[in-house]
Amino acid sequence: MAEKSHGTGAHTQADGGHGGGFPPFESSTFASQLVSLAIAFVALYVIVSRIALPRVESVIDARQNAIEGDLAAAQKLKDESDAALKAYETELASARSRAQAIGNETREKLNAAAEAERKTLEDQLTTRLAAAEKQIAGTRTTAMSNVRGIAADAAGAIVQRLTGVLPDGKTVSSAVDATLKG
Amino acid sequence: MKIDPIHQFNIEPLFTIGHIGNHTIAFTNSTLYMFITVAVISLLMIGGMARGQLIPGRLQSIAEISYEFVASTIRSTAGSEGMKFFPLIFSLFMFICVSNLIGIIPYTFTVSSHIIVTVALALLVFFTVLIYGIYKNGLKFFKIFVPTGVPMYILPLVMFIEILSFFLRPVSHSVRLFANMLAGHIALKVFAGFVAMLGVGLGALGWAGGMLPLALTVALTALELLVAFLQAYVFAILTCIYLNDAIHPGH
Repeated sequence: MAEKSHGTGAHTQADGGHGGGFPPFESSTFASQLVSLAIAFVALYVIVSRIALPRVESVIDARQNAIEGDLAAAQKLKDESDAALKAYETELASARSRAQAIGNETREKLNAAAEAERKTLEDQLTTRLAAAEKQIAGTRTTAMSNVRGIAADAAGAIVQRLTGVLPDGKTVSSAVDATLKG
Repeated sequence: MKIDPIHQFNIEPLFTIGHIGNHTIAFTNSTLYMFITVAVISLLMIGGMARGQLIPGRLQSIAEISYEFVASTIRSTAGSEGMKFFPLIFSLFMFICVSNLIGIIPYTFTVSSHIIVTVALALLVFFTVLIYGIYKNGLKFFKIFVPTGVPMYILPLVMFIEILSFFLRPVSHSVRLFANMLAGHIALKVFAGFVAMLGVGLGALGWAGGMLPLALTVALTALELLVAFLQAYVFAILTCIYLNDAIHPGH
């Protein structure tokens, strides 16, 4: 109570008797408060608008940029690795198809070579077979003609031994021919 | 021992600065706490952001959260055009919030418990809305008094109510903050006074009896913390809503 009366007393003294007892409604203090508020609030506004908010904004922007930059870098690296993977797969596929082509080509070449070899061999064999058959036929003809001669001689000799007369060569050979044709 | 819940609102002149007309301009305890408030905000916003780290520390987080909080409040109520008034609304919000929070500390002074301060701030908002609204929209600004889709025969009445409510805005805007702070601090003081009164007056029994008002004081302090922030938020969001009228008249 003592404090209160002292406080209001001080006011009434300073304000020339305005004091209503309730400080928020003591109009004598209004001017001081308004001037204080004006100074404080203008100072705050200037500090906030000139220094504080731009600084916060720049930090937040920097963070946003850093995050976006990191994400972009990550995306770039991912794209690069994707591209590398794709290149690897393309390369692998082309290598595989090339290997297949080479294989096919080689196989065809070898087949063709083998075919050619076989053909020449066959041709050779055919020629030799033909030659052999010719030879056999020749030999046979010779042999057959020899057989005729031998048969005629043998027939002539047999007839001579049986009859004691040497038969006419012509007759014998025609008889042999007839028999061979038989 | 007598409870004097009003004493805490006394304006004590510390020294006289000068005179304007026949008004004495003094450096008072209120001035001191206004300057402390500005200093605390500056320290938070500039000191906290001094290093400007990519990953914020505690103080920097508070500064950034305050920034984001006010910015999102403006964007959601007044749209992106409202960001023109970001420094103003941020200053208002931080000034009220920080001075209210400082005021909860025992033996301190609460700047916004004086109606002249809240009226000054509310009038600042009122005239900002009025001047910017007319500057931006010309006469179209006055469409805010003429709601669309109202039948002709009740339009005069509606217009009268709209105009009245527009001019009563600074009153409700300022009295809400002032009354909340005043009432909260009086209630705190009264309950805290009970504790002391019981403890001193009734001895051991008083000590036991004092537990209840003590618990209430603790609870009220928590409530006052909430109110301190909430009233600053309400003041800021109403400012945004009023500014939205100036930016987009004809609702």
